[in-house]
Amino acid sequence: MKIMGYRLPAMSSLILWGILWEIVGQAGVTFFIPPLSKVFVTLFEVIGTGSFQKALWDTAYAFFAGVFFSIVIGIPTGIMMGKNRLIDEMLLPWVNMFLSAPLTALVPVLMVLFGFGMKSIIITTTLFAIWIIILNTRAGVMQINRSMIEMARSFGASPMDAFFKIYFWAALPEILGGVRIGVIRAVKGVIIGQLLISIVGFGALFELYSSNFLMAHFWAVLIVLFALAFTISEVFAYLERRVAYYAAKR
Amino acid sequence: MAMPQTETAFEAKVDNAVAVRGVSKNYGDVEALKDMSLEFPRGQLTSLLGPSGCGKTTLLKIIAGLLEPNSGEIEVNGKAVTGPGPDRAFVFQDFALLPWASVLRNVGFGLELRGVARSEREAIAEKYIKDVGLAGFEKSYPHELSGGMRQRVGLARALSVNAQVLLMDEPFSAVDEQTRRKFQEDLLNLVQNESKTFIFVTHSIEEAVYVSDQIAILLPRPSRVSEIIRPSGFRNKDAASIRRDPEYLDIVDEIWASLRSYVE
Repeated sequence: MKIMGYRLPAMSSLILWGILWEIVGQAGVTFFIPPLSKVFVTLFEVIGTGSFQKALWDTAYAFFAGVFFSIVIGIPTGIMMGKNRLIDEMLLPWVNMFLSAPLTALVPVLMVLFGFGMKSIIITTTLFAIWIIILNTRAGVMQINRSMIEMARSFGASPMDAFFKIYFWAALPEILGGVRIGVIRAVKGVIIGQLLISIVGFGALFELYSSNFLMAHFWAVLIVLFALAFTISEVFAYLERRVAYYAAKR
Repeated sequence: MAMPQTETAFEAKVDNAVAVRGVSKNYGDVEALKDMSLEFPRGQLTSLLGPSGCGKTTLLKIIAGLLEPNSGEIEVNGKAVTGPGPDRAFVFQDFALLPWASVLRNVGFGLELRGVARSEREAIAEKYIKDVGLAGFEKSYPHELSGGMRQRVGLARALSVNAQVLLMDEPFSAVDEQTRRKFQEDLLNLVQNESKTFIFVTHSIEEAVYVSDQIAILLPRPSRVSEIIRPSGFRNKDAASIRRDPEYLDIVDEIWASLRSYVE
């Protein structure tokens, strides 16, 4: 965007919102919103502490494990659904149901099934991320040009070759879009898991800070979380742009 | 009526690379092909020509092994076709290139799928890239090429697997008129220089007469081979003068006369 001939750097609007936040915070309108400067001071105080680093590690571990499983299960499932009519008919209602289901309500059931530890948190994270990855991959496979598949068959591609050399790459733009949204949903999943299953990681920090009305701390952790989620989703957005050159010409 | 060449003499010495015997294909209630038989002489180019809906692409895909006929059989070099095989290579109307792969990998892709080692397949691919006139574009990607160049990649890919039978599904219909003319001239040279059998689907009468040794006219409802024409008088003339040859013009007119009633 340009204003008065100056090209504004990306996300300039954040600066504006930051200033507004600072003003509201300094004016002392509500304890819920401390000044942004205070939040950042708190952020740097908190970030060095052992409890924060342990929380970060616990959260990152559950998050990456959940994302990992949702990708390695979700992408092949989506490809199978896009390729095979029967599998699609069987699975699609469930995928759509779980995509819109209030997964938070399922968490107590997961606790009964898988216990109160890391396993349940990882499964919760996976359940938040996987459905959109499956659906997007399926959509990506379904739009593959018919002649591309005939080409692979006519040159004698084995099912494995077709899978890894055609379907995966031809659906990659949609897959990356799905993974990007899935990753964002996984952030929600991991925090909800940590809040409801066992009070660990960032979930525990949110719980601790908000119940003690430490709003500056609360916002500081939220900003860290946002920064992490934003960075990861930008990585996928970057990868998406890398394949955009062929997304329109398949 | 210009029907040169005595048919019996021709058939006595002919050696067919591909034979179609009594092939039928239904899509639900629609009969796409009904009891069709046709032979394709080795080393020659046979066109399948007809109005849309006459089943010419269906027949080509059955020969390729991409579609299964409901009855009848296909023989390639005396062996029954049960699916796609290394004795046939396909050139697609919309090129069907991998958009994420370079020209070099695209041309070598057929060999890649057959498990040919990388250095070997790249050497072969480079040769055919040069043959189709794309030297210097090995590292380019399909979206950087014009439609005509993309089809040259598709052609090089089909040539590089060294199949005896080349199946071409309206290969020039997605390229502009001038490129198409150049392609047609190149195709004539290709048929002469490569000892391959070409099966060529087209809806252009002029194109079929220009490039073919044998033209099978397919008519729809029910789909059948109505006529087989073998232009021969101008086959040995140079590419530029074919379009002015009286026999060429006669055959074009004759085919149009038999097809016009099928065009809405």
